[in-house]
Amino acid sequence: MATVPSTARAVVIGAGIVGNSLVHHLARLGWRDIVQIDKGPLPNPGGSTGHASNFIFPVDHSREITDLTLDSVRQYQEMGVFTQSGGFELARTPERMEELRRRMSSAKAWGIEAHLVDPDFVKEKVPFIETDQFIGAFWTPSVGVVDSLRAGTIMRENALATGALTVVPNVEVTGLDTEEDAAGRRRITRVRTTGGDIEAETVVIACGVWSPKIGDMAGISIPLTPAVHQMISVGPCPQLAEQEGEISFPIVRDMDTFCYERQHGADMEVGSYAHRAILHEPEDIPSIEQAKLSPTEMPFTSDDFDPQLEQAYELMPELLGAEGAEMRYAINGLLSLTCDGNPILGESEVRGLWTAAAVWIKEGPGVGRAVAEWMTNGHPEIDVNASDISRFHQHQKRREHTRLRTTEAFIKTYGIIHPSEQYESDRGQRLSPMHESQKKLGAFFYETAGWERPHWYESNAHLLDVYGDAVMPREHEWDSRWWSPIINAEHLRMREAAGVIDLSAFCIFDIEGPGALESVQRTCVAQCDVAVGKVIYTPVLDAAGGFRSDLTVMRLGDDVFRVVTGGAHGMADRKWFEDQLVSDPDGAGATTLTDRTDAVSTIGLWGPRARDILASLTGDDVSDEGFGFLTCREIQVKGVPVLASRISYVGELGWELYVPMDQAAELWETLLEAGGPVGAVPVGIGVYGTTGRIEKGYRAYGYELDGERSIVEAGMQRPKVKVADFVGREAYLRQRDEAPAAVLCTMTVDDHTSASGVKRYMLGGEPILTRDGETLTDGHGHHPYVTSAGSAPSLGKHVLMAYLPPDQATVGNRLAVSYMEELYPVTVGSVDATGLLDPTNERIR
Amino acid sequence: MILVLVETDASGAIEVSREALTFARSLGDAGGGIPVDAVVVGDVADALRDQLATYGVRTVHRVTGDAFTSYAGAAWAAAVQEARRQAGSVVVMAAGTPRGNEVIAHVAAREGVAMAANVLSFGGLAPFVVTRQVVGGAALEEMRLDERPAVFTVAGHAVEAQPAPARADAALVDCAPAVSESDLVARVVSTEEPEPDLSGSLRSARVVIGAGRGAGSADGFKDLLELTDLLGGSLGVSRVVTSLGWRPHHEQVGQTGSRISPDLYIPCGISGAIQHWAGCSSAKSILAINTDAEAPMVTKATYAVIGDLHEVVPAINEEIRRRQG
Amino acid sequence: MTNVLVCVKRVPDSSSEVVLTDDGQSVDGRYAGFTMSAHEECAVEIAAQVTSGGDEATVLTLGDADAVEQLRASLAVGCTAATHVVADPQRFGPADVAREIAVVVRDHEAQGRSHDLVLLGNDAADSGDFQVGIRLAYELGRPVVNGVNTVTVADGVVTATGSGPDGHETYRVPLPAVVTILEGGVQPRYPTVPGRMKAKKVPIEERTPAAEPTGPKRVRLLLPPPAPSNVEILGTGPEAAPAVVDVLEKLGVLAR
Repeated sequence: MATVPSTARAVVIGAGIVGNSLVHHLARLGWRDIVQIDKGPLPNPGGSTGHASNFIFPVDHSREITDLTLDSVRQYQEMGVFTQSGGFELARTPERMEELRRRMSSAKAWGIEAHLVDPDFVKEKVPFIETDQFIGAFWTPSVGVVDSLRAGTIMRENALATGALTVVPNVEVTGLDTEEDAAGRRRITRVRTTGGDIEAETVVIACGVWSPKIGDMAGISIPLTPAVHQMISVGPCPQLAEQEGEISFPIVRDMDTFCYERQHGADMEVGSYAHRAILHEPEDIPSIEQAKLSPTEMPFTSDDFDPQLEQAYELMPELLGAEGAEMRYAINGLLSLTCDGNPILGESEVRGLWTAAAVWIKEGPGVGRAVAEWMTNGHPEIDVNASDISRFHQHQKRREHTRLRTTEAFIKTYGIIHPSEQYESDRGQRLSPMHESQKKLGAFFYETAGWERPHWYESNAHLLDVYGDAVMPREHEWDSRWWSPIINAEHLRMREAAGVIDLSAFCIFDIEGPGALESVQRTCVAQCDVAVGKVIYTPVLDAAGGFRSDLTVMRLGDDVFRVVTGGAHGMADRKWFEDQLVSDPDGAGATTLTDRTDAVSTIGLWGPRARDILASLTGDDVSDEGFGFLTCREIQVKGVPVLASRISYVGELGWELYVPMDQAAELWETLLEAGGPVGAVPVGIGVYGTTGRIEKGYRAYGYELDGERSIVEAGMQRPKVKVADFVGREAYLRQRDEAPAAVLCTMTVDDHTSASGVKRYMLGGEPILTRDGETLTDGHGHHPYVTSAGSAPSLGKHVLMAYLPPDQATVGNRLAVSYMEELYPVTVGSVDATGLLDPTNERIR
Repeated sequence: MILVLVETDASGAIEVSREALTFARSLGDAGGGIPVDAVVVGDVADALRDQLATYGVRTVHRVTGDAFTSYAGAAWAAAVQEARRQAGSVVVMAAGTPRGNEVIAHVAAREGVAMAANVLSFGGLAPFVVTRQVVGGAALEEMRLDERPAVFTVAGHAVEAQPAPARADAALVDCAPAVSESDLVARVVSTEEPEPDLSGSLRSARVVIGAGRGAGSADGFKDLLELTDLLGGSLGVSRVVTSLGWRPHHEQVGQTGSRISPDLYIPCGISGAIQHWAGCSSAKSILAINTDAEAPMVTKATYAVIGDLHEVVPAINEEIRRRQG
Repeated sequence: MTNVLVCVKRVPDSSSEVVLTDDGQSVDGRYAGFTMSAHEECAVEIAAQVTSGGDEATVLTLGDADAVEQLRASLAVGCTAATHVVADPQRFGPADVAREIAVVVRDHEAQGRSHDLVLLGNDAADSGDFQVGIRLAYELGRPVVNGVNTVTVADGVVTATGSGPDGHETYRVPLPAVVTILEGGVQPRYPTVPGRMKAKKVPIEERTPAAEPTGPKRVRLLLPPPAPSNVEILGTGPEAAPAVVDVLEKLGVLAR
C-alpha cells in the first residue's frame, strides 16, 4: 500500500485531465510541496478521462466555455497531442439549418473560422457519407482530437520535473477534516486517505464523477451527477484502416439524431446523446476491481442505443456495414452533468477547499490554468463566473435538483436551445408571497435563482390594443419565442403611468458590526462612507480590475450596511463579501454577514405616477425634497413598515420597497389597488431586466459586465476615485490612465427587414460588423458581439449593446449586425453610459 | 458405502482421483466409518490396486467389456450405477475433471437425483450440505444434497491427496453392467495426438511479448521484436499502439482485439488498463516490465521487473544470446 | 438441412470482482453487466456456422425479461429465431431447466420445427452445474456429446471433436443429438451493425414455464477470501536480465 506525505502546501485529489492540468499550472505559478493523489493507477486511474472520445469542437454559444476550450486547444497543441481533423455539424432539417446559422453568429463573435457548406462539400471530405440524409452542415476546420491521457501524463511530469509535486496513485480519500475559525467559518485542515493523513490548508477536489462523494466528506455540495453517454466502436473498417494514424477524416456530428461519428484508427466510434437520461449516484460507481472495464465504463445497454445505430447506419452504410466491421467495444460511459450545464470551479464555503469538477476534455487544461490562477492571484484571466461553485443556491445543492434538471437537459445536449428557454423540472422552489395573486393575473413565469418571477402578465393583454404597433410585435417564431409584446405594452404603461414589479428574487444581506464600514469600503468601488440613509450604486472589482459584480448598498446605520444584488449572481456576491469581512478590528467584536433574502421581499414602484400612488398610502413625506434620489428610510405604507429606497433600474421616478416577507402580499395588493385608478399595472421582469434598462443604457452583470471588462471600457468611470483602498483600486487607477481597448456602445437597428421580407429581431450574441460585413477587432483582439439586445418601446427601436473598437465608438457610426447570416444596418447611439432615452435623467427626479 | 469413480493413466490413479478418495475417506470417517469403494474402467494392474489399498479403498469394482474399449459417457455411467448396486452406495462421487463431471452428470440424470459439481468441502451430514465452486471459482455455493444417492464431484485440489492411516483390502470384484445400444451411440470413434499449432498467430502463441505506449513510437519496437524472435513468440500490442498506427490492428490484445492464453505473457510498458487485461488474463504466467511498481499489470503479474523497457529488454536479449552461445 | 437450437443463459459478467446480491442467492451484475458464458458464445457461433446455408438457428433462453438482451445478441451474430421462456432463473435448478428446454423442443417439433441438433454450453458461467445438456438428452431420449469444441454436420451425422485425456477425440453421432460446447474451437464473432439491426426486428417467441420448478438446492452463495498479489519482483532495470532469463528457462519458453 502506497503511503502519502504527512503534510502538503496543497493536495490535488484526482489524476484525470483536470487534476493533472491543475498540478502543472500550480507548479508553473510557483506552488511547491503539492501532493496529487488518486484512488486508481496511473496513467489511467479509471475516471471519465480514460474513456473520453477526446474530440473538440471549439464553437459554443457560451463565451466562457469557448474561451476555456480555445485555451485548452492551445495547451494541447503545445504538448503535441492535438491532431486537427476538422468537423462537421449536420443539419437534417430546416430548423437545424437555422440553428447552424445562429452557430455562425457565435463563431464570428468568438473569431473562430467556420462555414456553412452543402452536402457535396461534406462528401468530398467524408466520402462514405450519404448526402441524401442531410441538407447542409457547419464546417469548423479547427476541430480536432487530443490524447487526453498523454496530455495528463505530460503535465504531471512537467510538475514532477520542477520538484514541486509528489504523486501517489492507488490511495483513496476516506475523509476531509475541517475546523471552524473564530468567525465561525470552516477551513480545511486535513485529507484522510487509505495511505495515511495529509495536513494541508489547500485541497482541490478534481474527482470528476466522484466529486460529490468527496465533497460530502467536508459537508459541501458539489452538485453534479454521473450520467451515461453511450458509445460504440465499429471496426475495423477498410475505408479507415487504409489511412495512416488515429484520424484522417473529419468528425461528424449528426445534430438531429444527437449522435457523432468519430474515426479512431481503423474503427469508427459512434456516440449518442439521444437516449433517455441514465443517471447514477457517485456512491454506486463500481470500484476498479468490480468494474468489467473501468469504473466509468458501465455495462452497455444496447436497447437504448439501437435507434441511433439505425440512424448512423443510414448516414454511413458503406462504412458501418463494411465486411469485417464489427461492434467490438460498447460502453455506457459516465460523464459529469450539472443543473445548468456549466463546470463547478472555485473555492467552496469551506476555506481552502476548492473544486474543479464537471469539466470535459475540451475544457480541461483551460480549467486547470484558470483555477490555478484563481488559487494564486484570487482571479483567473478567463472569466469563469458562470462556473463558480459559489453560484449555487440552497435548492440547487440538492442531488434531486441536479437529477431532475440533467434528466430534462440531457436530450438537449445537441438540441436547439433558445437563449431564453426555461427549464420545466423542479420549478416552484421559491415562491414570492405575491405568487398566488400573480397566477390569477396570468403571469408567465421565468425562473431566477429558484424564484418564480413573472416575465409578463396576460392580464395586461388589453394594453396591446391601447398601444398598437408601438409594442413592436415580432413576426418570426424564433424571435418571439419566450417573448410577448405584452412586455412592451407594460413598458409603455409604466413610462406613461406606473408599474408595480415583484423583485423578491433579490439577494439581500446585511453587514453589521464594528468592521462593517471597512468591509464594505474594501469591497466596493464607490464611496461607502456616506451618511446613514444614503443609497450607493457600485461596481465590485477583482484585483485585476475586472468586474465581480455591480450592486447597491444602503447605509442603514453607522455599523449597518444592506447589500442588494440580483438573485442569479447573489450567492457568489455573498461569498465575495464574506471573503472581505474584517472580522474583529481591534478586538471590537465580530462583523457579521446575515442573509436576509428569505426574510425580506422587494417590490418596485416606478413611473411618473409613482409618487402620487405612494403619497396616497403614507403619511411620510415622499416629495423630492423630503425623500431625495439615492436615499432610503423606513416609512409606513398603510400600516406596513417598509424600507423605501429611491433608486431605479428602469429610469423612472420611484422606489424599491423592502418589506417583511409575511407582509409583502398585503403591500402588493395595496399598491395595485391604489395605482389602478391612475393607470398603474403589474409589470414583469421583461421590462425590469431588458426594455426598461436598455433604453437607459444600464449595464447588467453577466452581459455587459464580467471579469474581462473594466469600468473604463464599460464607460462607467466617475470623475474621482475614492481614497480608501478597495479590491482592484490599483488596477482601476491604471485603467483610467490608459486608452481603453474597447468601448461599450449602444446601437439601434435601422432596418429589420430580412431577405425574405420578414422583420427579424436580434436576441443577443450576434457579431457586429462593418456595413460591408467586414470583421471588427478591438484592442484585446476580440471581435464585437451583442451583449444585450431588446426592444426600446419608448424609442420605437430595437437596441443592441456591444463593446466596439475605440475607433468605431462614435455616435452616428454606421455598422451592421449579422443575424442568422444576414446583415442588418445599425447606428451607434451612445458611446458611454448615457441612456438613449432621457439622457439627462429628468424622469427619475 | 461411498463409491468413487477413479480415473487412471499409465502411472495409476490420477492425482485428482486420489484427492477424491481422500475426500471420500474423510466423509466416511465423519459418518462413523463408512467404507469407500472405487470403480475403475479398464484393467486394474497390481500397482493400481496396491495404490488404491493405500488410499483405504475397501473394494475395487473393475469394469471391463467391449462396451468400454472407447469412451462413452452413458456407458461409463451405467458401469458406475452397476458398481453402486453391487456396493450398496449412498454416495457416488468422482473428481471434477471434464470426464468426471460428465459421467457423474449422466449418473444423476439416470438416477433422477441432484448433482453437485466441483465440491470443496462438506458441512453437515444431515442434512448433507456441500460447499462448491461456482462462477469459475470466484464464488462458492452452499448446496443441499438431500437425495440418495448423493452425487457429486470434487474440485481439483480441494484437498491434498493423502494415503489412509491404514491400508484397506482393495478387494477386486468385476463389474459387468448391461450397456444398451443407446448408451453407446455417443462414443469416441477416434483419438489422435493433438496437432501442435505452429501458426505463430497471437491467439495460439506460447509466448506473447506485449507492447504499449511505452514503446514510444512506431520505431520503438526493434528490441521487442528481437525478443519475440528469440523466444519464438508473437507480438501483441495495446489499443493505443494500433490507434496511433504504430502497429497493425491484428496485433491488438484486449477487449477489442485478440484474447490470448499463452504460457507466458511479457507485457512491456503496459500499465494494465482493464480493457487490455480482459484480453490477457488467461495467460498462465505473466512477466511484467514496467516503470511503475504500482501499475495493475505489475500487481497482477507472476513476475515483474521494475524499469524502462528500452533498457530492460535489450539486456534480456543480450542475456539470451549469451546463454544460447 | 440442419435445424439447430442453441441454449444460452443470461449471467452476470464475472471477468471482474464478483459481487453478490444482498440476499446471497445470486451474483450481482449491476456493475459488470450481463453476458453469456464463453462456452455459449462458441455454441452460438457453431450454430451460426452449421446453419450458414440458410437453415434455422433458434436461440433459446430461460430467464427474466432482461434476458432478451442475450437473445438479441445471439440473433445479431447469426441466429435466426428466438424463444424466451420468461421466468426467474434463480428458481430453476438444472433439472428444471432441462425439462423446460425439452418441452420447447417437443412443442416446436409438433409445429414442424424439428431441432435436429441442440447445442448448449458445457456449463453455465454462474452456477457451474455441468449437467443441463446431459439431463436434456435423457429428457429427449437423444445421445449427447459433451465438452467438445468443434462441430460439423453432414448427411444427418454430427461430427464433434474436443480434447480428452488421451488426445484429440472425435465423436460421430447421428442426428437428432445434443452437444455441449467448450470454448476454444471457434472464435465467436462480434455483431455487425447490419446484424444488430436485423436482430432487432426478429420476433421473439415468449413462453411461460411448463411446470413449477423443483428449484436449485442452493443454501446461499459466499465469496472466497481475496487472492493477494503474489508478484515476484525479479529486480530493477537492466540488471534484472539474468533473473528474467532464469525464469524463461524455468518456464521452458526459450526457443532452442
